[in-house]
Amino acid sequence: MIEIQLNGEPKQVASGSTIADLVEAEGLGNRRVAVEVNLEIVPRSHYDQHLIASGDRIEIVHAIGGGQETA
Amino acid sequence: MSQENSTTPLTPEDKPLVIAGKTYRSRLLVGTGKYKDLDETRLATEASRAEIVTVAIRRSNIGQNPGEPNLLDTIPPDRYTLLPNTAGCYTAEDAVRTCRLARELLDGHDLVKLEVLADDKTLFPDLVQTYAAVEQLINDGFKVMVYTNDDPIAAKRLELMGCVAVMPLAAPIGSGLGIRNPYNIRTIVENAEVPIIVDAGVGTASDAAVAMELGCDGVLMNTAIAGAQKPTLMASAMAKAIEAGREAYLAGRMPRRRFANASSPLDGLFF
Repeated sequence: MIEIQLNGEPKQVASGSTIADLVEAEGLGNRRVAVEVNLEIVPRSHYDQHLIASGDRIEIVHAIGGGQETA
Repeated sequence: MSQENSTTPLTPEDKPLVIAGKTYRSRLLVGTGKYKDLDETRLATEASRAEIVTVAIRRSNIGQNPGEPNLLDTIPPDRYTLLPNTAGCYTAEDAVRTCRLARELLDGHDLVKLEVLADDKTLFPDLVQTYAAVEQLINDGFKVMVYTNDDPIAAKRLELMGCVAVMPLAAPIGSGLGIRNPYNIRTIVENAEVPIIVDAGVGTASDAAVAMELGCDGVLMNTAIAGAQKPTLMASAMAKAIEAGREAYLAGRMPRRRFANASSPLDGLFF
């Protein structure tokens, strides 16, 4: 297992996991999301090739209701 | 969104709103925040007849409710022009990052609403950070609709930097105080060669009409609709106010006079 930061929280994933594995494991496989690893966007077409490395800071985001400032 | 179900035809004298080369019939842009649920979001958005709808980008919930309904099922990107915003960003860096994630999320859609805030009490924009973000985003191929102060100098500068629309606040975000400085808004409109859209501060339908009577090309609002007692009814009211205000602007209002001026003729009085 390797340790990563996923959306700001520590998380263990199996070594050799890809972004596609992570997105699927989080139940987000059929949802419209965008993924950033260490501040770089990972295009959807690369999810199944992009290997997760120990210490990666990964963000998975989606669209929610918002207009002006809604934080 | 097409407007087949719209009851009001485009005023013949008017030109449609064009933003970044795309034509819109509706001059009302709406946000999707602060609604009680997605059903209310959908009903109010439909009643507003808006074609451009803003959305926020946030972390997906990890480990909870993977089956929860999705905003993009309610506001489908093939029906609306989605306008991802950078609400909650206080630096150019965070705003640019948010826009890049939004572009990936929306399959390369590059129209964004930039707002870089300065402080959480006023939610006024930080213009130094805003200018920096505009420059980076335009270099990166984004089409930027930018939130700014009701400052004619800043508005013109943002236009000259290449923003596709400039969106001055009318009053602080979420305040519902209406158009606090109509003279500045008017000056911004007169100086502009890109659409000027009042973004923030509208509280009720008359505020939206005032913005349009000043010559603005559109109004973007969220809380004025979502925060009404009956959001769907207010959305409908706003759609009408925007159209009424636009027509009044095109019609050209009568001059103001200090004293009365009879509208019935004085000739032919029989006493």
